[in-house]
Amino acid sequence: MSRSRRLTLADLKPGDRARIESIETADPAVQRLMVLGLVEGAEVLFLRRSLGGDPLEIRIYGAAISLRDEQARRFRVVQGVVADGRAG
Amino acid sequence: MAAPAETAVPLERIGVNRKAVATIAVVGNPNAGKSSVFNRLTGLRQHTANYPGVTVERRIGRSTFGGVSLDLIDLPGTYSLSPASTDEKIAVDVLFGRVAGTQKPDAILAVIDSTRLYQGLYLLQQLTALGRPMIVALTMIDAAEREGRKIDLKGLEDALGGVPVYPVVATSGRGFPPLNAALAKILAVPPPRETAHWPELEHAAEVLVSAWRARGTELHRVEAERLLIDASAPTLAPHIAADIAAARGKLFGAEPPLAAEARRRYAWVRSTLARVESPGSGVVTQTARLIEWINRPWPGTAALILLMFLVFQAVFAWATPLVDLIDAGFGWLGSLVAAVLPAGTWIESLIVKGIIAGVGSVIVFLPQILILFLFINLLEDTGYLARAAFLVDRAMRSVGLSGQSVIPLLSSFACAVPSIMATRVIPNRRDRIATILAAPFMTCSARLPVYALLIGAFVPAQRVGIVNLQGLVLFGLYAIGIIGGVATALLLRSSVLRGENPTFILALPEFRLPNVRTVAMKLLDRVRVFLHRAGTIIFAVAVVVWALTYFPRSPGVEQVRAAAETEARASLTGPALEQRLVDIGNEAAADHIAQSWLGRAGHWVEPAFRPLGWDWKVSAAVIAGFPAREVVVAVLGTIYAVGEEADEQTLAGRLTAAQHPDGSPVFTLPMVLGLLLFYAWCLQCAATLAVIRRETNSWRWPLFAWSYMTALGYGGALLIYQLGTA
Repeated sequence: MSRSRRLTLADLKPGDRARIESIETADPAVQRLMVLGLVEGAEVLFLRRSLGGDPLEIRIYGAAISLRDEQARRFRVVQGVVADGRAG
Repeated sequence: MAAPAETAVPLERIGVNRKAVATIAVVGNPNAGKSSVFNRLTGLRQHTANYPGVTVERRIGRSTFGGVSLDLIDLPGTYSLSPASTDEKIAVDVLFGRVAGTQKPDAILAVIDSTRLYQGLYLLQQLTALGRPMIVALTMIDAAEREGRKIDLKGLEDALGGVPVYPVVATSGRGFPPLNAALAKILAVPPPRETAHWPELEHAAEVLVSAWRARGTELHRVEAERLLIDASAPTLAPHIAADIAAARGKLFGAEPPLAAEARRRYAWVRSTLARVESPGSGVVTQTARLIEWINRPWPGTAALILLMFLVFQAVFAWATPLVDLIDAGFGWLGSLVAAVLPAGTWIESLIVKGIIAGVGSVIVFLPQILILFLFINLLEDTGYLARAAFLVDRAMRSVGLSGQSVIPLLSSFACAVPSIMATRVIPNRRDRIATILAAPFMTCSARLPVYALLIGAFVPAQRVGIVNLQGLVLFGLYAIGIIGGVATALLLRSSVLRGENPTFILALPEFRLPNVRTVAMKLLDRVRVFLHRAGTIIFAVAVVVWALTYFPRSPGVEQVRAAAETEARASLTGPALEQRLVDIGNEAAADHIAQSWLGRAGHWVEPAFRPLGWDWKVSAAVIAGFPAREVVVAVLGTIYAVGEEADEQTLAGRLTAAQHPDGSPVFTLPMVLGLLLFYAWCLQCAATLAVIRRETNSWRWPLFAWSYMTALGYGGALLIYQLGTA
């Protein structure tokens, strides 16, 4: 296994699936996103970026959530791991 | 033989009149279909008011379920018991019985979106711990089926500690009979079985509860848990605060408690979900493809602009026949009443010129308002408004606002008052105040009557290509309002409200077909609010303004009139005499207004408004419109209806004929465009000022908003008139 560059939610492309690995929780907005279900182990599907590239829209277990690049960078992810295919 | 049962009142009839047996809180995530379920359960038997001290709407409906009368409280949507906004705080406070004047709910009806069970389960885990009777309405089960999701209801009930689950579809009413039957017996539902989700937290909370009980403070364990987790806890007694700080340190260490809670509870949610739900097949439907396309930035923006443009064209095209009908109806009513009343008396004048004409000239614009709100409600109910917020967030940020400001700003196209209240969803204070000050610039429904009157009278109804010119001017006025608001926000955010950019987090609802019932009830609500304002404020002002135009009655004017009439009868006959008498009557009427209180006020301020091309009548109407701008139409109606031939002509026709003393028309194109701009930018609404005062908790912002917007409206009108006539 090679050490890859630190990958975050903000680095994903439309259609990418990923699993959240770790979170920088200091920002209250990040904590709020965690209450909406963006926690370690959760699988997300990256849907799209808005006009001008920000905010971005992801889907998590059927729920669509929009967040800004600034917060998305606090979520470190591993790409392509889909254990049960639930994120869609 | 008469059976005794025949004399008995049917059970359900008793239930309606009796005091409600219990209070049921309707709780759920935002956009989970909570209001649709509530509307279907309570119908029109709803009562809407505000919670004390805040502007969050409290909706209570009393309904009878199998003979049992229940009060249902539709709580604001929330994702957890950790409130992140004023709305969510109210939901939590009501659940804990902490809101004065609102009964602590005896039981809970949780409304959970079956397509977003993930977030629903998070809230459900917290709700089950409250230990109150609870049932779950699993909404949009048809959508879940279409997506191929299969939910094991038995397994779900078991995971929730035995809480009964009822799959429903609020739009069609599917699944409601069993839900109704369950509500009838809700108090008999055993509270959810205790499941130890988080023993450390629960234990720490128990310790606190007993420690406080010893000091005379009674708390539910879940309330103590909330105090341990939420940083934004209410002011606490020192010993309690010390207890909490100590317990918090032990439980969470340096980790934010909210993050720790989310991790912990979502671990349970995921394992539960894996057991009770088999995920959808991921079939991409035609609808999904359309949605995908419309969500893309550029097609989405084009669609947004096209949609807004269509709405404004429709407002004019569809409303016209209805407007004509109402207009004719009130004219007919006025002449009918005038024929019965003694002619030339103040009572006749009050009823025909004050009451009927005043109210009629406002109600006549109801069709436009209905059509506009129909579109706005439909867009909101389909979930499109949230998509629009997502789409424009970046653009809004460039003016220092966020996509979250778009929903309050869009709803201020209906009325700035509720939209300023809606800014409570914006957590950042600077962002919120900037939004509040931008909101009154958006073209509200009260501006529409003024716009419609002036555009209808002075903009030719011709086509420019495929576009109706009147619709185009209306579109331009909306654009001017938006430009004014955006420029104001930008100015404030780069000066007195400078600060870092607010965050943007939004749960995006799925596109869905609008719920006819929800849309209709909201439309009804808007119409009720508008008519309420038309019926009270506008009516009162119409009568006051009529009095200001009627009194004082000058005997001198009547003497001049009598002398002129005598002279005319001596020198003229036939049609010429009749024409002369009509003219004399009009002149007398004009003299009466000129010396009335309002006329004097208009004359007094006229020099200030003369550079804008306004005469004293327009000035007087504008003065009368400062408390509530929609009144200006009623005032113009009253002022111009005083001419005796008025009954046959529309107000628009009378404005076209208005002249300055030198005979030049008052309503020239530069003057009308300036007047329209004045109405686009000026803050003529006492209710908006009162709400800004309340929401910012200071007189500073409403005073600033009023002076700033008045100066802007005056300056704009001055510029247009001077450039247009130069």
